[in-house]
Amino acid sequence: MIASLIPEFVTQHAPVLQVVIPLMGAALCSMLWRPRLAWGFALLVAWVTFLIAVALLYNVLQTGPISYEIGGWAAPLGIEYRVDALGAFVIFLVASMAAVVTPYARDSVEQELEPNRISLFYTLYLLFIAGMLGILVTGDVFNLFVFLEISSLSVYVLISMGRDRRALTSAFSYLVMGSIGATFIVIGIGLMYAMTGTLNMADLAMRLPAVMDTRTIPVALAFITVGISLKLALFPLHLWLPNAYTFAPSAVSAIVASTSSKVAVYMFLRFFFTIFGVGFAFDVMGLQYVLMPLALIAALATSLVAIFETNVKRLLAYSSLAQIGYIVLGISFGTELGVTAAILHVFNHGLMKGALFLAVGCLVYRIGSVDLHHIRGIGRRMPLTMAAVVAGGLSLIGMPLTVGFISKWYLLLAAVDRGWWPIVIVLLATSLMAMIYIWRIVEAAYFQPLPDEHADVREAPLTLLIPTWILVTANFYFGIDSSFTTDIARRAAESLLGMLP
Amino acid sequence: MTQFLGLYNYWIVVFLMMVGFYVLISQGNLVKKMIGLTVFQTSVIIMYITMGKITGGTAPVLLDREAVYSNPLPHVLMLTAIVVGVATTAVGYALIVRIKEAFGTVEEDEIEDSAL
Repeated sequence: MIASLIPEFVTQHAPVLQVVIPLMGAALCSMLWRPRLAWGFALLVAWVTFLIAVALLYNVLQTGPISYEIGGWAAPLGIEYRVDALGAFVIFLVASMAAVVTPYARDSVEQELEPNRISLFYTLYLLFIAGMLGILVTGDVFNLFVFLEISSLSVYVLISMGRDRRALTSAFSYLVMGSIGATFIVIGIGLMYAMTGTLNMADLAMRLPAVMDTRTIPVALAFITVGISLKLALFPLHLWLPNAYTFAPSAVSAIVASTSSKVAVYMFLRFFFTIFGVGFAFDVMGLQYVLMPLALIAALATSLVAIFETNVKRLLAYSSLAQIGYIVLGISFGTELGVTAAILHVFNHGLMKGALFLAVGCLVYRIGSVDLHHIRGIGRRMPLTMAAVVAGGLSLIGMPLTVGFISKWYLLLAAVDRGWWPIVIVLLATSLMAMIYIWRIVEAAYFQPLPDEHADVREAPLTLLIPTWILVTANFYFGIDSSFTTDIARRAAESLLGMLP
Repeated sequence: MTQFLGLYNYWIVVFLMMVGFYVLISQGNLVKKMIGLTVFQTSVIIMYITMGKITGGTAPVLLDREAVYSNPLPHVLMLTAIVVGVATTAVGYALIVRIKEAFGTVEEDEIEDSAL
């Protein structure tokens, strides 16, 4: 029934339209100088992108992976775009976050940016989304690098637009770290190309086994692992992330926190499972012995730092690092359950951090600061905003009926399945720590007296509250009826581990 | 001897990469950091070009079937990488200009002092 609603042209060219529309939209957006006009255009592009993503996900679930030849040039020579269950799922996440955050951005950005920068803001915003989606559709590793740089370069500038002048220095340190990461990835790709003579992912997967026992391929794997870890902000390569999330404009924090690290996880999965293969990356090279300790330390150490943070945005940034730890932990199991848990948490963490950063953006809009000291008693003046923070926080802790519970449950199952009880204890301990740092926000906002200077603060406008509550509702919807997300995650994990053709 | 000459380019790649990386880490001046980053990125370009080179090979333009030619694909890839590098450098220097305007300095330690 749904299939008949999609025009045939879109069905046929969906993988390339997914990238071309935001990319061309960005170019056109830079010519629209009136702020509202640029926003309206960006909104249109974001929603069209979202519709295509829905059509793409539907088609992939119905018919299996979709392959698209750019310009009609067949795979090893031409560039292939390939969308499988994993790609379509993450595309769906990125496109729906863009569709929700763009309406939110209008008022938030008008308040935080000078009017003459707004149309350029939306240009970079669309460019960022185009880069993210490009990474997810491409089946060519060098193409992946180019899209990675498109999205990274635009995100450096987006972060530097924050009101605080420290946004500039945090954007600069992100630029330095991000460029090192990207260069490491190109070195890895170059070494693989030198040994196999191909850049197509499926082709690489076919030709790599013949040269696995040379020294070049393990070196390539090492460079790519370190490069993506820098982009992913995996402990101890996370130093750029807290400042970048803290000083970026609210809308940018929300979209970057909920999509950028997720796409880096996608690259991890793509390189480890599709290209190198789980047999080489895990059984021969023993990657799990590197990833698992780092993931556990990340979850424990950054949760501990989050407990002592006083800026709510920075607190959430550290909690994001802990969640990245969970995701990498799931990957490092190398089992079907573990990878399913990781993919589920990619989606679910996108939903919860999106909701939390949007709600915190409402606080920034009304109060201007999100220091725990400044949000004292604000729960009484902005009840809907703070309720959204609490709901998102519950999801972050992993309360039943929220998405946080679903993915943590799968992680626990995966750990028990391998019989690794210490990991179960770490998971429970970090959930407890999440409870502590969420409680600190609740305590400040509800149980402390409202200072006089905030006596006339009003609730955030509906244009900010509606997108926030859409994401909060999604947190509960996918937490209660999780069959949609778990099914896709399981299918994606099965195809990554080679259980499906 | 040919083995050594063949590897000669890769020694240059490693040398440039480490020089760039060291400058990037050791210097507190943001402009010098960007210079280090550029050298670091440039080393990769030499690595790719070296991969595609065959001794005595020529450019694959209007050749006989038997002619020996160098692989043109790494060159094309590096044209893209040069564009990416230029864009990164431009964004980096633009940020440095804005940092200078906002903090009045481009020295990392002085920025940290004034941010407190």
